[in-house]
Amino acid sequence: MNTMDFQKIGLREINRTLQGLDPLSNERNYTITNPMGQHAIACGLNAPLMVDIQGNVGFYCAGMNQQAEVTISGHAGVGLAENMMSGIVRVKGNASQSAGATGHGGLLVIEGDASSRCGISMKGIDIVVGGSVGHMSAFMGQVGHLVVCGDAGEALGDSIYEAKLYVAGSVESLGADCIEKDMTAEHLTTLADLLERAQINKDASSFRRYGSARKLYNFDIDHADEY
Amino acid sequence: MDENIPQVTPRESATFDEYTRSEIRRAASTGIYDIRGGGAKRALPNFDDLLFLGASISRYPLEGYRERCGTDVTLGGRNASKPIQLKIPITIAGMSFGSLSGQAKEALGRGANLAGTSTTTGDGGMTPEERGHSEQLVYQYLPSRYGMNPDDLRKADAIEIVVGQGAKPGGGGMLMGQKINDRVAQMRSLPKGVDQRSACRHPDWTGPDDLEIKILELREITGWKVPIYVKIAGARPYYDVALAVKSGADVIVLDGMQGGTAATQNVFIEHVGQPTLACVRPAVRALQDLDMHRKVQLIVSGGIRNGADVAKAMALGADAVSIGSAAMIAIGDNDPRHEAEYNKLGTTAGAYDAWHLGHDPAGITTQEPELAKRLDPVAAGRRLANYLAVMTLEAQTIARACGKNHLHNLEPEDLCALTVEAAAMAGVPLAGTSWIPGQTQY
Repeated sequence: MNTMDFQKIGLREINRTLQGLDPLSNERNYTITNPMGQHAIACGLNAPLMVDIQGNVGFYCAGMNQQAEVTISGHAGVGLAENMMSGIVRVKGNASQSAGATGHGGLLVIEGDASSRCGISMKGIDIVVGGSVGHMSAFMGQVGHLVVCGDAGEALGDSIYEAKLYVAGSVESLGADCIEKDMTAEHLTTLADLLERAQINKDASSFRRYGSARKLYNFDIDHADEY
Repeated sequence: MDENIPQVTPRESATFDEYTRSEIRRAASTGIYDIRGGGAKRALPNFDDLLFLGASISRYPLEGYRERCGTDVTLGGRNASKPIQLKIPITIAGMSFGSLSGQAKEALGRGANLAGTSTTTGDGGMTPEERGHSEQLVYQYLPSRYGMNPDDLRKADAIEIVVGQGAKPGGGGMLMGQKINDRVAQMRSLPKGVDQRSACRHPDWTGPDDLEIKILELREITGWKVPIYVKIAGARPYYDVALAVKSGADVIVLDGMQGGTAATQNVFIEHVGQPTLACVRPAVRALQDLDMHRKVQLIVSGGIRNGADVAKAMALGADAVSIGSAAMIAIGDNDPRHEAEYNKLGTTAGAYDAWHLGHDPAGITTQEPELAKRLDPVAAGRRLANYLAVMTLEAQTIARACGKNHLHNLEPEDLCALTVEAAAMAGVPLAGTSWIPGQTQY
């Protein structure tokens, strides 16, 4: 186990170390202490590392993550794991807005609540939220899954493409072109697998599924009022 | 009709002219606003409204063809350990694979290489061909983040965060479904044939304070090696430039309303934003007020056509210019040799702007393989290189005539304006006077 104190060595040194590790090295476990809510910690990683951040982090923590497993024992600021490609990012507390924004792959687990625009423009990422999500979550969601164990704020899935949304609690309102859809056995299996991978104990059958009505896929003046 | 009474010549309304009436009929027929590519077509104050004074007794000219006139430019040295070094101050603006064919993107890369300048990706990410054919490639970071991935980010020679575009300040984009073939769909993680909307705002930041952190993240991911550009539309150039500098930008790209787009509403293109001419001086003033002129470089785009435009933009304080529409014309866009096919599409060479529909006879703004293969990327790249060489020679000719041994030494004092409007916008005297409207007494 390697420990890096953010307060002592700073952002550049921490990221340089994590980004520059020898891919053949067995030194794969790192702990970052005293993150002090600072930004861009552990971003741009591209190796199968285990990074444990002990404290709260600011914007873009684990941004564009590839392969690494990053755990935040605290809360996360805006854009947690934005544009993530692969790996796992887990925050044990809450996440601010735009968590998992434009993510292409990997698994983002938010054990607490997520603020607005969680999963905005998601492009393949899987996001599991233990609590609730704010308004406009999965806005323009293209591919991937957003699982919400609590409630969803207004305009869920606005202008959604092919992302799949699962919500256990209430949905304040659905956004443009987002509708409730049937929950098939296949969807239940996918959802149960996501919950298991996220290590969140929740019965898949308690969720409802939402997705695109596909009415806005090609511009039609008769649908202009829906925008 | 009394033949003894002289007839008045039929008079059309200047307000409801032929174009206006046709647009009203089109709107009434379809119920859809007009979408097109390109930049503002209306007449606007532009660089033609400025003239260089040249040298005489009070200014000493340089000998053409003998005395050196430098054209090189370094971009992004403020924070990047590997700034961009260009032989000429004319870059190729961002245009996406998707809106353009692969052959067109290759041609732009080849031409830029030959000329010693950079080219730029667009919405939709970076293709291997584009990276392979562009020695210096700027990677656009757009609100949609289509095709955005850290591997490509690390391959880029510079990153351009796109906040706005001159053709549509405050607007997003739309790549129509008919241009979404299998490859474009795969790159953008969307189903084939679906209209691809590009958001007008970035998904994970709003405002300059957030942008500063976003720039920090991009620098951390790329090891502080490559410059970070911020591209803004010509909306409020003084404040936008100041805020971009405050946010940590190494380079500002300022795009006036003549700058082209792949597709947006005609009403947007023609009625939102400011002419390029009106944007340059406020942007330069912002840099000067922050003591950042020449430290943060300014690239001006939007309607740059020839070496005179290059020289004028630089005389007003730009470090470089960028071309998009002109580069497309150089490689064959709207070429009269396709006139018969333009006619079949209901238009004519020089007016074809339905780039979003993908039926371009020149094989440039299309994803149809049969059309795209009409464009020979090697020959088209050569044409672009020739054009860039001519622009550079023209700019050098003017600079030497003004006694300048580098294009960057051109200055507002070398210019006068032909109209009161241009004098006010460019901050240079009206020709024959020392009057700068808004600054000096007549």
